[in-house]
This record gives sequence, C-alpha cells and structure tokens, in this order.
Amino acid sequence: MSDVVEKTLTALPSLLSLDSQPGSAKLSSTSKLGNLIRGITELTSKHEEEKLIQRELSSIKEQVSSPNTTMRQMKELMVRTIYCEMLGYEASFSYIHAIKLAQQGTVLEKRVGYLAVSLFLNESHELLLLLVNTVLKDLQSTNLIEVCMALTVVSQMFPKDMIPAILPLVEEKLNHPKEIIRRKAVLALYKFYLIAPNQVQHIHNKFRKALCDKDPGVMTASLHIYLQLIQENPEGYKDLTASFVTILKQVVGGKLPMDFNYHSVPAPWLQIQLLRILSLLGKNDQSTSEIMHEVLDESLRRAEMNHNITYAILYECVKCIYTIHPKSDLLEKAAKCIGNFVLSPKINLKYLGLKALTYVVQQDPKLALQHQMTIIECLDHPDLIIKRETLELLFRITNAQNVTVIVEKMLEFLRISGDDHTTIDLVGKVAELAEKYAPDNEWFIETMNTVFSVGGDMMQPDIPNSFLKLLSEGFDSVEEDRKLRLFAVNSYISLLQGTPGKLPQRFLQVISWVLGEYSHLREDLEAAVVLRLLARLLDMKNCSSETKSWVLTAMTKLCEGGSGVSVAQQVSETYSSSLDTVLRQRAQELQYLSQDSELRARVLPRGAGLEPVEVDSSLSFLDGFVSEALAAGAAPYKPPHQRQEELAGTKALSLEPYGLSLPISMSSCSITDRQSPTLLSMSSGLSGDSTDLSHKGGSATLKLDGVKRVWGREGYLSQKEPVEEPAQVEVPSPLRSPSQQGEADSSHSQTPTPTPTPESDQEKQQLASSLFVGLGSQSSVCLMGKSEPTAQRFRRKAKGHSTASSPSEQISNSVVSPHSAVDNLLCNNLLDSNITSELALSSPELTSQPSPGLTTTNGTCDTEAELPDSDIKESEPAVIRDNSVVATDPAPHEAPDRPKDLCLTSHLPAELSGLSHSEISHLCTNQSLELSACHVQKEDSLLLVVFITNSSDSAAQQILVQVDSEELEVSCVCDSPVEEVSSHSVTVCQYSLTVKRPAVHIEVVGMVSYQLANGTSQSAQFSYKLPLTSFIRPLTVSTEEYGTMWLAFSHDTKQNLTLISDSQEPLTATLNVLKRKLQLHVVEIIGMEGIVACRVLQDQPCLMHCRVHAGTLAVWLRSPIPDLPDCLIYHCQRALQGH
Amino acid sequence: MIKAILIFNNHGKPRLIRFYQYFAEDMQQQIIRETFHLVSKRDDNVCNFLEGGSLIGGSDYKLIYRHYATLYFVFCVDSSESELGILDLIQVFVETLDKCFENVCELDLIFHMDKVHYILQEVVMGGMVLETNMNEIVAQVEVQNRMEKSEGGLSAAPARAVSAVKNMNLPEIPRNINIGDINIKVPSLSPF
Repeated sequence: MSDVVEKTLTALPSLLSLDSQPGSAKLSSTSKLGNLIRGITELTSKHEEEKLIQRELSSIKEQVSSPNTTMRQMKELMVRTIYCEMLGYEASFSYIHAIKLAQQGTVLEKRVGYLAVSLFLNESHELLLLLVNTVLKDLQSTNLIEVCMALTVVSQMFPKDMIPAILPLVEEKLNHPKEIIRRKAVLALYKFYLIAPNQVQHIHNKFRKALCDKDPGVMTASLHIYLQLIQENPEGYKDLTASFVTILKQVVGGKLPMDFNYHSVPAPWLQIQLLRILSLLGKNDQSTSEIMHEVLDESLRRAEMNHNITYAILYECVKCIYTIHPKSDLLEKAAKCIGNFVLSPKINLKYLGLKALTYVVQQDPKLALQHQMTIIECLDHPDLIIKRETLELLFRITNAQNVTVIVEKMLEFLRISGDDHTTIDLVGKVAELAEKYAPDNEWFIETMNTVFSVGGDMMQPDIPNSFLKLLSEGFDSVEEDRKLRLFAVNSYISLLQGTPGKLPQRFLQVISWVLGEYSHLREDLEAAVVLRLLARLLDMKNCSSETKSWVLTAMTKLCEGGSGVSVAQQVSETYSSSLDTVLRQRAQELQYLSQDSELRARVLPRGAGLEPVEVDSSLSFLDGFVSEALAAGAAPYKPPHQRQEELAGTKALSLEPYGLSLPISMSSCSITDRQSPTLLSMSSGLSGDSTDLSHKGGSATLKLDGVKRVWGREGYLSQKEPVEEPAQVEVPSPLRSPSQQGEADSSHSQTPTPTPTPESDQEKQQLASSLFVGLGSQSSVCLMGKSEPTAQRFRRKAKGHSTASSPSEQISNSVVSPHSAVDNLLCNNLLDSNITSELALSSPELTSQPSPGLTTTNGTCDTEAELPDSDIKESEPAVIRDNSVVATDPAPHEAPDRPKDLCLTSHLPAELSGLSHSEISHLCTNQSLELSACHVQKEDSLLLVVFITNSSDSAAQQILVQVDSEELEVSCVCDSPVEEVSSHSVTVCQYSLTVKRPAVHIEVVGMVSYQLANGTSQSAQFSYKLPLTSFIRPLTVSTEEYGTMWLAFSHDTKQNLTLISDSQEPLTATLNVLKRKLQLHVVEIIGMEGIVACRVLQDQPCLMHCRVHAGTLAVWLRSPIPDLPDCLIYHCQRALQGH
Repeated sequence: MIKAILIFNNHGKPRLIRFYQYFAEDMQQQIIRETFHLVSKRDDNVCNFLEGGSLIGGSDYKLIYRHYATLYFVFCVDSSESELGILDLIQVFVETLDKCFENVCELDLIFHMDKVHYILQEVVMGGMVLETNMNEIVAQVEVQNRMEKSEGGLSAAPARAVSAVKNMNLPEIPRNINIGDINIKVPSLSPF
C-alpha cells in the first residue's frame, strides 16, 4: 500500500504541469480547483495563503450570488468552498447556496449540495430548517440514490425538533425492498435515538424486526442500536440473548456467504459487535452467561489465525469472558490469550494485552504476576503510550508494600511526558495513591510536593483541596497530626527559602495556607520570619492575584509580635490601594487584625480548621432579599441548564405536541442533570473525599467499577493448573515463595535474588520483586490494596456523626419497637449523638445497679427504652421511688393491645369518627395510666389523638400532657386541657399538627405527668412516629398555575422511579398508584409526560414532573421548602415498591 | 461512535476533515493541529493508538491512526469502538480508495476531495460503521459514478429520457444469502 502512495511526492510537479495539457482529463474538470491548489502549493508563508484564499473566497462569493450562475457551475464553486473551509477559512455566505443546491440541483449537484451542507452546518444551525423540505421530498423520491443521500444527510445532522416531521418516512424505509436503504434507515433511526430518545420509543419493535432482517447487513446495522440500548438497560433485553448467541454461532460457524469474509475471517466487525453486546448482557447474570459459554469457547477456538482482525475478535472475547459470570475453563483459555497478547512482538497487541491485564487484574491478580517481567520491560518501552498503559496497570495493583516504587515510576513518567491530558490524569492518581498508602510522613509530603510542582496549575482543584482537608482534619492520633503538619511546615519553609518563583500558583496557595495555619507548631520559628518569606511571594511578578489573597490571609493569621506587625503593616499599606478589590479587602483585614490581637484571636482562632464550618447550602439567609426582589418585579432565578434549554427552545421551532402553556418546553428538559448551582458548588467543595477521587481515577480508563468480583481466589485460581508460559519459566522463584518475598519487601529490593541470573536481568528482577510484592498467594487478602482499609495510613478521622450512629443504632435495634426498621434510622436523628454515646457507656452501670425506677421505664414503654439517662435524672426523685411497685410487671403489654384498639376507637370524638385514622398504637404505660395514640387525617389538618386510659381504681388528677416535635408545630385542639381521668375511663386529647420542617418520618415526643389520688406525682415520656405521607394533601391547580409555580420554586430533586409496566398505559397506572397511596393530585397527563402537584400541611406546595424514559419514570420535583422534594421522592419510591 | 476522521499529510496539511460531532470552526482547526502534533512525533514502530488529546474528548476518546507514505489517516473514536477493528477499517478505507482511484496518491485526495467524501460516506455514516466490505463499497460508489457519466451526456437529451435514467434502480448486489440453511435465522423472537 505504502509504495502506491509514495509516488505522490515525485509525481507532484509533473502532475501539476499536466493540467495545461489537453490530454489530462483527470484534472480538467476541476481546473479551477486545480488552479487554486496549485496556487496554494506555490506559496511560502501562511500569510500569503490567507491572502490568496480570501481573494478566492470573494470571487466565489461574487459568483454564487450572481443569478446567471448555473447549478453546474454552482457545484464546482461549492467544491472549491469546501476546500477553503477545510483549510479553516470561513465561508458562511455559501451555506445558503449549499442548501439551494441540494434543493434544486440534479442528482449529482444535489449530492455536492448535501455534502457541503453536512460539512458546513451543525445540528443547531438555523439554516438547517430550510433543508427539511428537501429531505422530505427526497425521502419520497423514486430515485434510490436520492433516498440514500437524504438518509445519509439525516444521520449526519438533523435538527432535533424536526425529527417528527420526517420520522414516519424514515420508518417506512425499514420495509424498503433494497437492503442498502433499510440499512441506512436503521442507522438514521439510531441517530434519532441518540439525539431524541423519547421520539423513537414507539418503534422499538421495528428495531427487533431489523435485527431479524433477512439481510445480514441490516442486522449488523441494528446491532448499533442494541449495543446502545443494552448499555442503558441490560435487564430489558435479556430475552434477546439467545438470538444474539445464535447469530454469533452462525457467523463463527461460517454460515455467512464468502462476501462477508475479511481476510478469510467471517464478518469480523459483526463478531466484535456481538461479543460486546453479549458481555453487557452476561454481566452479573449467571443464567444469561451460561447461554453464551459455548459460543465464546467456539469463538476463541476459531479465531486462531494470524491476522490483525482475529486479534480484535480475541480481545473482545477475552474481555467478554472476564466480564460475564465466570467459567473456569474459559477463563483459563482467556488468560492464555492475554499471555499471547502481552508477549507478542507486535506493539499494538502488546498494548491491548496490557489493557486486558489492567481489566482483569482485579479478578485475577496472579495473571499480572505471571507476566511481571514483561511488564517491567514495558515500563522501559520507548513508546510512551505503552509506558502509560503499564503505569495504569501498576496503579491497579498498588498496595502499601509497593507504593513507593510504583509512585516513583509514575513521577518519573510525569517528568518526561509533556502531554497535558496525561499529566492531569496521572497526577490525580499519584495523589490518590499517596494519600492511601503513604508509608510515612516524609514520603507523603515529599510526594505531594512533587505532585504540586509537576501538576502545576493544570491539575484538578480537588487534589490540593483534599490535601489541605487531610492536613486540617487530622487522623486518629493527635501526635501523628502534629508530626505531619510540622514536617509540612519545615518542608515548605525550606522551599520558600529556595527559589519559590518556579513553583506553580496552586502550590504556593497550599504552602501559604499551611504556613498560616500550622507554622506555630515549630517553636524555634518566629512568626516574623514566616511573614517575611510570605511577603517575598507577594513581590514576585508571576504571582497571581488569587495567590496573593491566599498569602495575605495567611499573613493575617500570623501577624503577631513587634517585627511581625511591622511587616504586616508594610504589606497592607502596599495593597490597601490595590486595584483588585479582593486584595484590597484582604489588606484591610490584615491591617486591622494585626493591630488588634484580641480581635484576631476571636476571628481567627488557632486550629480553626478543625471546626466544621456550617454551610447553609440552600442560601436561606437570602430568602428575604429574593422575595423582595421578586416583589419588585425581578425575574425568578432559573438554573443554568434551564436557561440554556430555553435559549435553545426559542431558537428552533417546537413541533412537539406538548400543549402545556409552560414558559419552558418541559419535554426537552433533560431530566438527567441534576446540578443546581448550589449543589454544584457544594460538590466541588466536598469532592476532596478520597472515594470520590478513586472513582474518577477508575473511570478514566476501563470502566471496572461496576464489575463485581464474581470470582474469588479460592474458586478458580486454586483449581487452575499453572499455565505454560515462557515468561513463567524465566521468573525467578522468590516471587512465588512467600517467605522470600517478604524479605524482598522489607529490604526494599536490595536482597540479591537467590537464583543465579545474568547481571542485567538481576536489576529487573529486583524491580519486579518490589513491584509485585503483596500480589503473591500468601498475602492474597490484600491483593487489591484498595479494598483493605487497614493498609491505609492516612485514615480520615471518623466524623462525630458516624461514630455516634453505630451505638445508637444498636440501641434502637434492641428495643422492641412496633415500627419498622426504616423507622429505626430515625431514632438517630432524635438522639443527640453525645447523649447516645454517653448512654452507651453508662448502660452497663444502669443494669448493674438495681434501680427500680429505671427498669420500669426501660421495660414498659416501647420506644422509651432509648430514654437518655440525663432525662431520667432530671425527673423528680419522687417518681423514681414510687415506680418500684410496678417494676415487677414489665412485659405483658403486647397481648392486651389488640382488644384495646377496638374499644379505644369508640372513644374517638364523634366529629372524627367518620374520617380515616391510623391504627391506634400504644405509647407507654405508667402505673395505672396507659397512653395510646393515633392520627386522623382531616382535609386541612392532621390531628393527633392521644387516649389516656386509667385502669386503676382511683382517679388520676392534674394531668398534664405536653407534646412537642422538632419538625412540627403542635397546637392543642381541646378547649380545656384534661384535668382528671376518673377510674376505669378514657380521656382523649387532640393536637393539630402542621409541618414546620419536612422529614421522611416525623417524630412527636411528649411527656405526661399526673398525680395519683394518694398525692404522689408521676410522669412518663412517650414518642410517636408518623410518616410524612399523612401530611400530604392533593393540591388542585391548573396547568397554567402549575407553570408559574414551577418557575418560582428553587429546591429540586431528580430521580428515576420504577414504572408500573404491567398495564397498557404505564404512566397513568403509575401516577394512579401515587395518587391513591400518597394523595397526589394529577394535574395533567400528556403523552409520555405527566405533571402532579401536592401540598404538605399547612400550605407547602410541591410539584412533580414525570416523564417516561427508557422504561423508567424520570421524576423532577420542585418545592420552595428545602427538604421536601427529597422526602417526597422517598415516599414515592416506597409507594411504587410496595405496589 | 467515530467522532472524527482526519486525513492530513506529513506536514500537517489537511486533506480530508470529517467531524461527526459538532465542533466550532476554529476548534476544528485546533484539533487538527493538536492531532498532527501528537501523531507526527511518533515513530513508525510504535503502537497505532493514542489516548485522546485534551481538545477532543479527553480520556474516553482514542486516536487510532495509520501512516501511509505521505498521509496520516486518523480516526478519533470513543470507547464503544474496537481499537483493532478500527485499525482494519482504515485499511479497508484506504484499499477502497486505491481501487477507486487506481493507485491512489495524495494528489487524488487533493483534487477529488468530494469523491473521497462520497466513498467515506459509504463506509461511515453519521459516525457509525456502515459497511466494511470493500467490494460492496466500491459497488455503491460505482453506481453513483455511472450516474455521473450518464448525466454528463444527458444534458442535451430529451426530458423523458432523463427521467427514465433518474428512476433507474440501484443494481441488486449479488449477495444472496437467503438460500437454504445459510440464511441467518433469528429464532425465538416474539412475533410482530
């Protein structure tokens, strides 16, 4: 092939001169283009080229706009314009003429017109609307070439909004007698699916028909669609597995005509596509995987010829085998295949082999061990791409033992690679590894220093954020914290004393923050010295104003002592007149705070980094301002994505049959992106989390995150016979013998390998032993260091919340509670974490001390057992003494509950008896008094009804029931509070509840106190839980009102819910379930979308927009109340689950 | 999906540019420059795959290229394409060009840029691989070329004759696979 093309250079001059000769028909037809090209080749500078092309373009412009230009000439002009555009010169004047050419020309002119249009315009170009009619006409043409051209241009770019106009015609083409037309129609529909999935949903069945088209070409085209569909929703297409397997079997078995062979391999691209589909289907699914085992085996067997394309099939096969549910003999063959790839002298295969290894190493780390020498060789490969891929592999096998070697290799690579993209990616990985497996402080700080200096200002901002967070939050040991910080301070001081001018801005920012915060840890260091070093940074030319403000802030923290203050004063004077307002403000702060040390200590307390800053992410403090602005006529805030959509919406005509008079076209809203501006800023602030990082790192290469490690070591690997690989023979024994491996590890690869080997190899083997340490069988527990938390040195300090939650959970679990497990979670909210831990500590004491009062409360009241002991202490001493009598009777309360429920119902006030009420649940029992409660749903309120049953012979007096809740506003309904319950009678208290702050479940706590006839006073506490759903009422609004409300609400949530698909109209069915179970009001259902509204008592509205998309219900909730959408979505999920 | 197909010569002069994903004009030129920069500094004995540059897509995208004498053929693809598959697709494309132009050289690409585009359209359509069989591609292109020839002579012909030619059908390409057991059967599908 290459010889063929090589003639070009030698032929160039002669060919160009040929043009003038009459015989050279080759170029005569495009002689003007020939002239242009010749003109360009003769030029020497870019400037001249520009002049020439501008001249050319203006002459073209003149000609195209002349009415005398024929279509034939136009065609020629258009080719020249395409050439100019390719060189990067804009010729927008010709766009309209291209469309005209496509519209009016003969077939061949049309072809040029369409080509020009598809090269010049993009999907959202407004001129494209003019093409719609032409496309429509050509789709209906009897000339097949015209139909083909129309289908081609449609699949290249077509305005999203115009798809409905041509969709029926394209659909029709699926039944066309010519296979090429059917094929192109399938691809065009696939393109439609990609840009507007909801518009082609109704033709999924036709895709199936295309899949079983009698022409293999059409079937191949339909696989594009299926690959995409299955990627999005593998569950929905499991039934097709057998079909795909049958197709693959026939293809592999050579049932296709010879026409489809490529280098005597039957339809290789088709095989690749099918294997990809199968791996998606078989992932995490044993029964589906079993269907395909046989055909995979056959594919592996057949694809043994020595051509590039067979390797492509093998590679897909191997990936598929490692993705689906494993089968040991297949895995064995696949492993052998990978071996062949890695060891291949062909560099492309080596690359793929490394990629495959990277992919499988999580399931089969031994495979990496087998090929360790090859991997070491690849590390020194002259091709950077191979090196890069090797590092990727090493990244996956990093553990605490080999981290120093691997990170060193990565940093080495970083220094020689000049590619921005690689640098950004790799720097992130190094930072991740350093944080996870750092062996000591010095190494960590030094590695991070390199990361900051190499990564410079390109790296992702969460790396420095995460680093600073790690420093400030500290670890479990205070002493360790201090050492690490001190080391960082020392290291930075010496860096600043050197030549800080070379350091990137981000690094300088990190340095100044650390010095500001922790330089006091070094006792021999005077603040003034640090201040002077920092002040030097300010004088540097390349110091950005952002960095300057970091420096000034650091100085503000440090300015103390005589000389320090004077440095600070000097600096603040310089910058208090700066043009940059931020700098000016920082300078002002510095000035004031340096003078007033008392104020400074208050504003910037030392170690403030430890205190979590409370961030009001809802920006509720601005609510007043916003409502004022709204009242003054300001437009309501719209999140950026919405604004963009609106912008797009106004540009193009909307042909969608969406009748709502909403200001935004809701159907075109992408429900998937959930970023509201506040969320965005939140997430960027929080993304320092290491799990986040690792996720990112993983997704940068092969997507392994979802791959479950279905195959354990003990299963397959132990059964496996050692694969005969040449590499393995070369591998020295230490790597497989555990004891020696340990040695190699501890002595950092300095131990000479016991096997006699040539000198040159020895070095490599040492490297190997230090790289692959920890991968052997003896340490198989920590194969993937990432899954082993103990290996992690810098374990972030557990937050107060999470430590507290575990004991509290235990406690609530131990309680015999009538509520479900979900409710248990809510107990955590209720209990202050401090109290909980205190309780956990003191509980053994409680049980050992036979305090009758406490046992009573613990034993009898149901949820009461969680009573914090502090509360008990607070109650009257008399209470405890008097409880002793009942203490003997803790348990038998469950049984009499049922009949009581019945009889209590009769005590419901008459006005409530007609309304639906919840089951009456028992609250607590104390002495002779028993409390039960239920809630009654009224149209506009929710009533809590508390029944007080006095089962004793004497009356209880001075009864006081207090009910309170964090989430609710409680008001007593009764006119006169209950004073007395006579013997063997029931009294009822009613409380009206409205939601103050929404939560998934709402808890009411209360206390009842009363006096017995003998004068002793008693008290008991109780709690009652009710779901948010009881507060939900339908909100009847019109579609118009809905539209205006939607825009005004700021808090939103998006999520996909399961669709009830067993009925004809899934959307209606689903919404009906929600309506029935949650009392939502369905405002309107239009096609695949529905809008729903509700309110939470009192008047807190929440709106919901639902859209059926890919078999799920995409839901978007909005409300003015912060937590309401999230809570509501939870209940929607539960309601649909339960269905 | 294939995101872009770039052909440029050893000096970075673009010979054919086809984007399947929208990029602004100046961005396209930057991408060409960056890609040329990435590709041209690589030896011939290194692998044919490159992680995407920073402009076109980043980590999910790959550049797969082949170097023939004076020309670089670069396909920019996302992760849904097989690396080796694309590498052979480039080969198929170039072999087809060779067949259509009879010993293709850079000059053919320069002077018949539009024809190269038409050939490419039969291989890749809207970013999806349409046809990988060289004979099939050549047949399709030839149908169109025949059209061109006949049309050239038709300009003076009576209108009826013109329309007759226009309505002519594509030849049925002999690819009859519907005989007997070589027919691909897709069993166990629900009826439509």
